[in-house]
Amino acid sequence: MATLSSDSRPIIGRGPSLGLRFFVLAILCIALMVLDHRQGHLERVREWLSVATYPVTWIVEAPFRAWDWLAAGVADRTRLRERNAQLEAELRIANLRLQRFAALEEENRRLRAIREASNGVAERTLVAAILRIDLDPFRHRVRIDKGVVDGVYKGQPLLDARGVFGQIDTVGRHTAEAILISDAEHAIPVQVNRNGLRTIAVGTGDLTRLSLPFLTVDADLRQGDLLVSSGMGGVFPRGYPVGTVSKIDRNSSAAFAVVEAAPLAALDRDREVLLIWPEQTFQEESPVVAEGTTGEAPAEASE
Amino acid sequence: MRRAENRTNWWLILASVVAGLVLAIMPLPDVVDPFRPDWLLLFVIYWSLRTPRSAGLAFATVCGLALDVVKGTILGQYALGFLFAGFVTHRLQLRMRIFPIWHQAFTVLMMLGLFQFLTFWIDGITGNAVTTWRRWLPILTGALLWPAVVAVMDGLSRTRR
Repeated sequence: MATLSSDSRPIIGRGPSLGLRFFVLAILCIALMVLDHRQGHLERVREWLSVATYPVTWIVEAPFRAWDWLAAGVADRTRLRERNAQLEAELRIANLRLQRFAALEEENRRLRAIREASNGVAERTLVAAILRIDLDPFRHRVRIDKGVVDGVYKGQPLLDARGVFGQIDTVGRHTAEAILISDAEHAIPVQVNRNGLRTIAVGTGDLTRLSLPFLTVDADLRQGDLLVSSGMGGVFPRGYPVGTVSKIDRNSSAAFAVVEAAPLAALDRDREVLLIWPEQTFQEESPVVAEGTTGEAPAEASE
Repeated sequence: MRRAENRTNWWLILASVVAGLVLAIMPLPDVVDPFRPDWLLLFVIYWSLRTPRSAGLAFATVCGLALDVVKGTILGQYALGFLFAGFVTHRLQLRMRIFPIWHQAFTVLMMLGLFQFLTFWIDGITGNAVTTWRRWLPILTGALLWPAVVAVMDGLSRTRR
């Protein structure tokens, strides 16, 4: 360290002084942050910058990909056959259910059309893989391998096989970042499936808990109630399972009950998630949304 | 002669920056994750001390920006933190070079602290505050790893030359 190369002499009389350069760069950084923070003027810039740093992501992923490839290569026939049979059986059952659902969905659509309030069932879906990358140990964010080129947009809902997973926060060309429903900054408008009671489920920073802070002590709620997305706020389409009520603490001296729910999606185990494009534009519905969520509006979308 | 020297350095600098970015997002077990040191910043400080003319303030800022993009934080957050740490390093570099290694590590501890505090502060302003005490652990691990970073980097640049 103590070797003095030709490069070690102070930089006096060469270009602008250290202090000036520091000042200019600091102003630049701050301007950048303000631009990025205020409604994201830099979305396009970030999108392209993410292309430049994609090799880094690729390097981190490479060993896992190699391992998956190897594991797939050496998986023996019998195991594959067993797996195949198992999947076929599952598919048969799923198809059976689907047939029933198709009829129900049709009926539902008809009824909704009558009410003139049809609200999106997902039209287009795309499977995205979660990249094995640690972004921040204290936040629940993941990066997926689909980006703008695949049609991903900011605020897009993300599901897994069991329930709502999260939503897209920032988008790059080939990757995007999602915020999970359990992140402490995330909130999702939900509805109790049993009686239609609407409220908001807020992330706690704990993967196994969501908090429902806006329910009064005498709210009609039971342990194990299924919470589904209510479609308010226009981010998540209505009717997807979010969680089940896991804890209710009614302290009669407080105005609000302490209610917690367990997310249904396997937030910490999934490798694959489903991106969905809800079929309806939500603008048509905005008056209903505004009416339904007054007072809760600030919390409904993330950020 | 200087030209050739700079050339070898650039390769190593580039390699260390890529390594720093990779180490920043490499998946780690949950137990170890909060201890993850700010590798890239350690490398930037190292290069600011060793080749201050090649690795100037702009270099530090660009490295921070790259980390912003890779980690998905608000653009400019790490860049500003890196810039501050780089500035302090440049101010102290002539003195720091002759410090004994433990003294150097302590100075690096201060700079990592400054960096973490800035990030913490910007997190708070943008409304994403992470208040758990564990977020300060990288300062400690970073300072403890400083002698190792110096040893490895010195070794590498000697063999390359």
